[in-house]
Amino acid sequence: MTLWLMAGLLFTPLAWAVLTLLMDFRKGRVVTWLGMLVQLLVSLGLWAVVAGDGGFHYALGGWQAPLGIELRVDGLAVTFVLLTALVAAACGWHASIYLDPAKSWHRYFWPLYWFLWAGLNAVWLGGDLFNLYVGLELISLSAVGLVALGGQAAALRAAIRYLLAALLGSLAYLLGVALIYGQSGSLSLAGIARLTEQSGGDPGLAFALMLMMFGLALKTALFPLHRWLPPAHGIAKSPVSALLSALVVKASFYIAARLWLELGDELGSYALAQGMGLLGGTAVIWGSWRAFLQPKLKQVVAYSSVAQIGYLFLLFPLTWGASEAVSMQAQQGITLQVISHALAKAAMFLAAGNLIMSVGSNRVEALAGVSRFLPFSLFSFGLAGVSLMGLPPSGGFAAKWLLLQASLGSGQWWWLVVLLLGGLLSAGYVFRIYRASFVEDSDIDHFYHPPRSLEVIPMILALLSLGLGLAAESVLSIMALPFEEGGGV
Amino acid sequence: MTSSLLYAFAGVALCGIGLFGFIRLRHLLRKLMAFNLMGSGVFLVMVGLAQRQGEPDPVPQALVLTGIVVAIAATALAVVLIRRYYHLSGQTTLDESPKEPSQ
Repeated sequence: MTLWLMAGLLFTPLAWAVLTLLMDFRKGRVVTWLGMLVQLLVSLGLWAVVAGDGGFHYALGGWQAPLGIELRVDGLAVTFVLLTALVAAACGWHASIYLDPAKSWHRYFWPLYWFLWAGLNAVWLGGDLFNLYVGLELISLSAVGLVALGGQAAALRAAIRYLLAALLGSLAYLLGVALIYGQSGSLSLAGIARLTEQSGGDPGLAFALMLMMFGLALKTALFPLHRWLPPAHGIAKSPVSALLSALVVKASFYIAARLWLELGDELGSYALAQGMGLLGGTAVIWGSWRAFLQPKLKQVVAYSSVAQIGYLFLLFPLTWGASEAVSMQAQQGITLQVISHALAKAAMFLAAGNLIMSVGSNRVEALAGVSRFLPFSLFSFGLAGVSLMGLPPSGGFAAKWLLLQASLGSGQWWWLVVLLLGGLLSAGYVFRIYRASFVEDSDIDHFYHPPRSLEVIPMILALLSLGLGLAAESVLSIMALPFEEGGGV
Repeated sequence: MTSSLLYAFAGVALCGIGLFGFIRLRHLLRKLMAFNLMGSGVFLVMVGLAQRQGEPDPVPQALVLTGIVVAIAATALAVVLIRRYYHLSGQTTLDESPKEPSQ
């Protein structure tokens, strides 16, 4: 049973990528719907297995590490696999209606989409540093391809910038991997963690960890390395922006978090932890402020991603040297933040895409009067905004509540300022969009009405993000499932 | 100093030169070459550092092979993007040109 689930999970995206490469857009769309169904069922099945029996190690094809690929299937990984299945299926469904089949280059959307999905699954389940690198590269290359798809010079410029940043980040990460392997002779995350526990902190390994953190922070667009993100996310097609903001930046953060939680206690330092937190906090405030000033709708949403990513980096100070209970609270808060931001931001980008499609312009002022013509999409945008602001009962509220408790519990009250200011500023940029859309003195009275299904998808995602706050307990209980240790060479 | 350490140091030096070029050069193709130089440096570090008791370790060799495949894929994608970008905008750098209409 597990064998089939794992094979389905990893094999389907790669097989579908090759299949859809051979087809035109319309056939690729039908085949993709089938693949999305398979992925959703398999992810749900795996989630149920892990929820029932706990996590396990899985050696792909029976080959043991270090030459084989060893996967670590635990509660956190299956939660993210399921999240990916949900969000990617929603974005793919949206794209299948949103993209114009008459344009021949749109057929390449499907192979890139499936390669992206394959890379994401590989990162969530990866147990050794090198395969995480391969997964990251698969994600970056397909994401860059998606940004550039059918674009003009400005889109290509954004894509090249994104590619260069991603490549530099990967090389820094890979150099860190090389140093760690040279020092410890192991690639498995669990194995390296055991070694450092025995030998204590080592300056060589600490430097390697710093290099990897730098590379991953660049890929996650942590302030001040965020400059590549707004142009790339702003100019891509809306379903692509949704995928990038919701899932792609989370993959590199996930690796950074796993590294930190396994190795941070021995190899990290108070200064490194606080420094990462400070950059994250600055990102929250700077990103929200920039979002408030942007003249284009999708740039507002893209800068909002920079801000929301900043919250994630509070994980570093809140777990370093903290008691078990506080560290657990911080980890749960960050997990909820990842999930709720993924759902809310995907909803927001898809709704923004509908609004832009309707008024035919990407400027915020052009939204005047759209509230009467497209109230449904505007409402989804607002519901997603509620989660970003962190108002109850949304997932964003639950996440920030846990982070707040963790800050107080560890005596680091200064992060409260970030949490409060960030919420206020996000309210600012969401209401700015609303204000623009309620202006009535517009002389435009012809709005294009997008198909109903395009409006339903962001609404579903926004409602999920809102409801996450109510279901937080059960989501977190799966994530924290005990994991049988002992694997990993 | 063993010969394998020499390889590792050469790799670090290559990385440094590559990084300098990657940041300082403006022409996109040169940036790409600098990235490839950096990549070679990383591979050299990987193979050079991992020689235990004078015996070569097969694992990093396998990793470097995979790494080279990834680097080729990335380079190919970058070349295609740069070529298309040059055709559309006539530029070889990422600077915003004033004459282009803002989107």
